[in-house]
Amino acid sequence: MIQFDKFALDNGLRVVVHEDKSTPMVVVNVIFDVGARDENPQKTGFAHLFEHLMFGGSVNIPEYDEPLQMAGGENNAFTTNDLTNYYCQLPAENIETAFWLESDRMLSLAFDEKSLEVQRKVVCEEFKEHYINKPYGDAWHKLRGLAYTTHPYRWMTIGKELKHVEDATLQDVKDFFNKHYTPSNAILVVAGNVTLDKVKELADKWFGSIPAGDKYNRDLPLEPQQTAPRSLEVRANVPLDALYKCWHIYPRLDRRYYITDLITEILSGGGSSRLFQALVKEKKLFSNIDCSHYGSTDAGLLSIEGKLVKGVNMQDAEQALMEEIIKLQEEGISEKELEKVKNKTESMMAFEDMSVMNRATSLAMYELLGDANLINTELESYNSVTRDEILQESRVIFNENNSNTLYYFANN
Amino acid sequence: MNRTIAPVIKDAIEFELPLKLYDKYILDNGVEVYAINGGAQDVLQVELVFYAGNSYEEKNGVAAATNYLLKNGTSTKTAFQINEHFEFYGSYCNRACYNETAVVSLHTLSKHLPELLPVMKEMITDSIFSEEELETYKQNTKQKLTVNLQKCDFVANRLIDACLFGETHPYGKYLVAGDYEALTREQLQAHFEKYYVHGRCIIFVGGKLPDNIETLLNQSFGKLAIGPREITTFVYPPVVASQRKLRITNDPEGVQGAIRIARSFPDRHHPDFMGVMVLNTVFGGFFGSRLMSNIREEKGYTYGIHSYVQNHIGETAWLVSTEAGKDVTEATVEEVYKEMKILREELIDEEELLLVRNYMIGSILGDLDGPFHIIGRWKNIILNNLDEQYFYDSIKTIKTISAESLQELSQKYLQPDDFYELVVI
Repeated sequence: MIQFDKFALDNGLRVVVHEDKSTPMVVVNVIFDVGARDENPQKTGFAHLFEHLMFGGSVNIPEYDEPLQMAGGENNAFTTNDLTNYYCQLPAENIETAFWLESDRMLSLAFDEKSLEVQRKVVCEEFKEHYINKPYGDAWHKLRGLAYTTHPYRWMTIGKELKHVEDATLQDVKDFFNKHYTPSNAILVVAGNVTLDKVKELADKWFGSIPAGDKYNRDLPLEPQQTAPRSLEVRANVPLDALYKCWHIYPRLDRRYYITDLITEILSGGGSSRLFQALVKEKKLFSNIDCSHYGSTDAGLLSIEGKLVKGVNMQDAEQALMEEIIKLQEEGISEKELEKVKNKTESMMAFEDMSVMNRATSLAMYELLGDANLINTELESYNSVTRDEILQESRVIFNENNSNTLYYFANN
Repeated sequence: MNRTIAPVIKDAIEFELPLKLYDKYILDNGVEVYAINGGAQDVLQVELVFYAGNSYEEKNGVAAATNYLLKNGTSTKTAFQINEHFEFYGSYCNRACYNETAVVSLHTLSKHLPELLPVMKEMITDSIFSEEELETYKQNTKQKLTVNLQKCDFVANRLIDACLFGETHPYGKYLVAGDYEALTREQLQAHFEKYYVHGRCIIFVGGKLPDNIETLLNQSFGKLAIGPREITTFVYPPVVASQRKLRITNDPEGVQGAIRIARSFPDRHHPDFMGVMVLNTVFGGFFGSRLMSNIREEKGYTYGIHSYVQNHIGETAWLVSTEAGKDVTEATVEEVYKEMKILREELIDEEELLLVRNYMIGSILGDLDGPFHIIGRWKNIILNNLDEQYFYDSIKTIKTISAESLQELSQKYLQPDDFYELVVI
């Protein structure tokens, strides 16, 4: 059970406090309710580029990192298709430095042309390093584009193309800040060696005077139900053929999300999982195979991807994979298998909760979903899943008309 | 309120950093166990560290293959059954092979420990290395290698180590497809018998430990033929490359170059080691370092650039590593040398030095969070044949080393002629 308190400031900023006296540190985590799904389709990659610019100085403080490091702190941030999260950890005695820094960049950025120019280049190098200069690096760009016709999940967080990042202007930066980086679109989580009273005092002092701004109302186009299978063939200079398949699943808050999550564990969560055992160990058609999903807020994708053993025919590999899926759809799973994936879920959560940093980030993400207390009720949701639900859902999700397939062939 | 004025801080160098002392047990066969009991979650980790790394193998790849296949079948259990057993209890049994050591580790909810230790025992005493498992391993690791060989960073990491230590040295050698093909069951079994079944083993445990942890460990591991014995180590004199500057085109369509600039460097027992840890932080060891500030934050040549001393037990290496845009690789190399020159010629100013001291202390303070991290720190100290004084001396060095001493270290070690320089596109 993870204890926490919540309160809100008049300007709409929500604050969550988690006290843990066993650590000398404190974590200050600020999450903004904006991700790549909120971008203009002609200006993708912007939420992430913006995350970089948040370190380029704020209205009253020329440098974010230096004062934090001077206070013995470390920080980082990440952007997803759903949200942008900033976190720092520092000795509890210096907690006010974090409030000073975080509140100033929520108040306003420096909007410095030089910082934009440099970070555009940095992000372009990040784009190249992870998505262009790596074999198969473009697979997920193509797969998202295939699976989504309408919803903004059709592009990756890093952006659809380098050019979108290269073309970002200072005006874009200002507009984005004013629209999304307001107290009412943010949640502050403070965790570690701190008291609720202290956080109330500091939050009021540093964040209380920030103008509320407008609450951003998200109105994203819904992805229409897929009605026929889709596929795409790619040829590239990679050494091995690879197969990627994905299927539409449910939003994060849908009860069926938990069923789906356990299905991915059954299919590929470890050395005794079904796909690994059947396709890598017994039939030796794939050299690796993984089943996963992103846990996205809106309806996401469940994917299976693997590299074929050299010499194996793509159709044979796909057919063998589908035989495993059909087996699941026809026979379901055993009680022991269900207990296994529930036990795994229980221990995974216990390990995640070990670090105060993880607890802070989880609380922020759950509060953004609507309720920080989900951190305490998740396990129960998983434990309530039945064998029959897994059977039924495997029939719905793995329906052929819901499938998207990318055949990634090696040249020569 | 004036937002331009920073709140008063307590300098992190004023903090005391106590390293919680371990409990130590000796099992019946003499195996040493180091334990840190603590934490709020009911979880724990067990690490069995064997001196069975690639320094001890007779043919390339034998140590890694032996270590990997410990989970792939014993005389009574198939690979599937072993995996299923650990996964049923929601636990993770992993293995990893390094230069000197090879590890079998367990992460689990504390309550399941009694069900899991006996299977770990079986893995380290009764693995069979079947022909079929070995063949699958060869095929899949070779496939993985062909994918990795397309990546400039992977290729650069292999080549720079080979330059620094030579291709016959454990730190410098790397595997080619032919090495995997040549592996045999007999080689693996021999390595297993000598370095696991009759090997030298140290055990590290951390987390919420059951009261009878010592008894449980003794039941599973205390009667085995493993022990604290000294084993013969091989001496590998480094064979350094003669050519200092290398440019390699690995992928003609590549859009980035992997840059590695590296020199050999003494081990942790050398008197300069701790000072260089501070100097390295200034140079390229954290986000606010000279290299990051100049090459990423000022010029935008790269997503990240770092310098670090490789984590080896023996004589090691100090290197700078980055992936930069293809058209700016040479400019990046030049900037790295410029930063070395500045460190040799100019004193680090007190403000920057205080920032680095505070950052390093704060970082260690944050890293001592929880029993896993604390036992991890002890493991590093013990495996390097050091003691807690080393930890406290490092803290003292961070707090007190002078700008003059850092400049002397720069003049001694940051000499371009001593570095290998490699760009792989």
